[in-house]
Amino acid sequence: MIEVENLTKYYGPVPAITDITFQVEKGEILGFLGPNAAGKTTTMRILTCFMPPTRGRARVAGYDCLDQSLEVRRRIGYLPENVPLYNEMRVTDYLHFVSAIKGIPRRERSRKVAEVMGDCGLLEVAGKINGKLSKGYRQRVGLAQALLSDPEVLILDEPTVGLDPRQIIEIRNLIKSLAGRRTIILSTHILPEVSMTCQRVIIINEGRVIAVDTPENLTAQLEKSAQVLLQVEGPPEEVVTILSRVEGVLEVERRDIAADHQVHTYLVKSQPALDLRKELAAAVLRNQWGLLELRGVSLSLEDIFIRLVTEEEGSAADHPSQSTSGPEGPDEEEEL
Amino acid sequence: MNLFPILQREFKSYFVSPIAYIVTFIFLLVSGYFFYTNLAWYAFVSLQMASSTAEGVHDLNLTDGVLRPLFLNMSIVMLLMMPLLTMRLFSEEKKTGTIELLLTYPIRDVEALLGKFGACLAVFALMLALTLVYVLLMAFYGDPESGPVITGYLGLLMLGAAFIARGILASSLTENQVVAAALSFGFLLLFWAISWATFFTGPKLGSVLTYLSLMDHLNSFSKGVIETKDVVYYLGFTFYCLFLTLRSLESKRWRG
Repeated sequence: MIEVENLTKYYGPVPAITDITFQVEKGEILGFLGPNAAGKTTTMRILTCFMPPTRGRARVAGYDCLDQSLEVRRRIGYLPENVPLYNEMRVTDYLHFVSAIKGIPRRERSRKVAEVMGDCGLLEVAGKINGKLSKGYRQRVGLAQALLSDPEVLILDEPTVGLDPRQIIEIRNLIKSLAGRRTIILSTHILPEVSMTCQRVIIINEGRVIAVDTPENLTAQLEKSAQVLLQVEGPPEEVVTILSRVEGVLEVERRDIAADHQVHTYLVKSQPALDLRKELAAAVLRNQWGLLELRGVSLSLEDIFIRLVTEEEGSAADHPSQSTSGPEGPDEEEEL
Repeated sequence: MNLFPILQREFKSYFVSPIAYIVTFIFLLVSGYFFYTNLAWYAFVSLQMASSTAEGVHDLNLTDGVLRPLFLNMSIVMLLMMPLLTMRLFSEEKKTGTIELLLTYPIRDVEALLGKFGACLAVFALMLALTLVYVLLMAFYGDPESGPVITGYLGLLMLGAAFIARGILASSLTENQVVAAALSFGFLLLFWAISWATFFTGPKLGSVLTYLSLMDHLNSFSKGVIETKDVVYYLGFTFYCLFLTLRSLESKRWRG
């Protein structure tokens, strides 16, 4: 559905993106992940025909973004970052304007507008002025205008930025419900968002693609060890010794909880693809300690991202120890 | 051509904000004052002539005495007011970022441009139409020739279109509305006064400068004469500015 080949864009002498190549299949949700100023918005602006690339080509539904820009634009719904709307217009009038400009026949406009307003939960703000809308509703109006004319491709630039947690969940569900018939590219720098909504992730940093894969594969690829987190009530030294003796365990790390001297948290690292939860539980129970918590911990996208970015920097600087793993995972692991 | 939605939106947005009302109000106020002073002067002179000898009375008529000065005065008020109407057309969209959506909808740049141009021209035409009250007043008490009235208004409309095209060009160059207004106002003022240099440039360059002057072309329109060179000048000026605006939009895309 979307093919991007060696896309390069310079702003003056500075490259914003360099040799970006990827494909998106029909019906896929692709996450575009990267720190701020990594080139996400630039790539999206090229795909939506807002600006041409310096080099390389981008194609949407078989049409070239540069030569057949109108055909491409007919098939794309775009939600730019910060949702620029005409602030002096009412929501309904605005959506009518967009449907007219997108070439929806006059007699179908009212129906289409009502449809997307229903889908995006805008019926209660229909008569309001765009400029007076809350951030969450603004985002929905932006999404609604992108959805008018039923585009095959949706390009959403940071659709959940600046929303409160409840709104974020609503918007994510809305996006997920749109998948299937439509191909969606969505950019974000919020990592859990990608693993929650996207089937495939592209990680870019400083204008270059550094990884393309499913969130699960990325995790599996980069996990150097399986980890289990235990909270045990018992004498700390003994617990560490006993846990270390369980077969397959590589390392046991104790983390203290200040409130109670008997209760500690332990992070047990074992060989990858080895589930030691049963054995660890048995070991704790055999010694009649209290097992307060036990759960497997997998690498969060956050860790993956930091690893990829630091590995990239390591190899770019020709670092001698580039084969060693990235930095130790941050203190708070997150479950996928 | 799918320019109507944009034309309609822009036209409405002039009346949602106070811009159109204020500009129209000031325009009518100032040109009304000019009309009053012209008329009062005309009445005074014609009274004097009637009480003295009858000679010269035939040279005195409403077209030369009231209408022509009124048209020329109105063109100056337009010069001051039009940049205020045009300054927001692209600058505002650039500032708020709506241009990113506008230029990714399935329309050509030229459709967006003509939609905006048409909306502004419509607002201006409305404003100009309101000044027809002066002509109606004159027709009620006297009988002005209809020819110069029609050509005069046609000339003002074409001059207005040229002002608007120049204003849109300025607006497409910057995201700051004040800069856009200053650019178009300064440029128009220069082209208004460009023929003043003919005093010392000699006849050859002088005739070129006179031809370039925005105001000199209004002269024959106000006399009731439509000259091809004037029509060509105004249309050329308008199209050239619109063409440059298109190029400016396009170059903005490439530069990012």
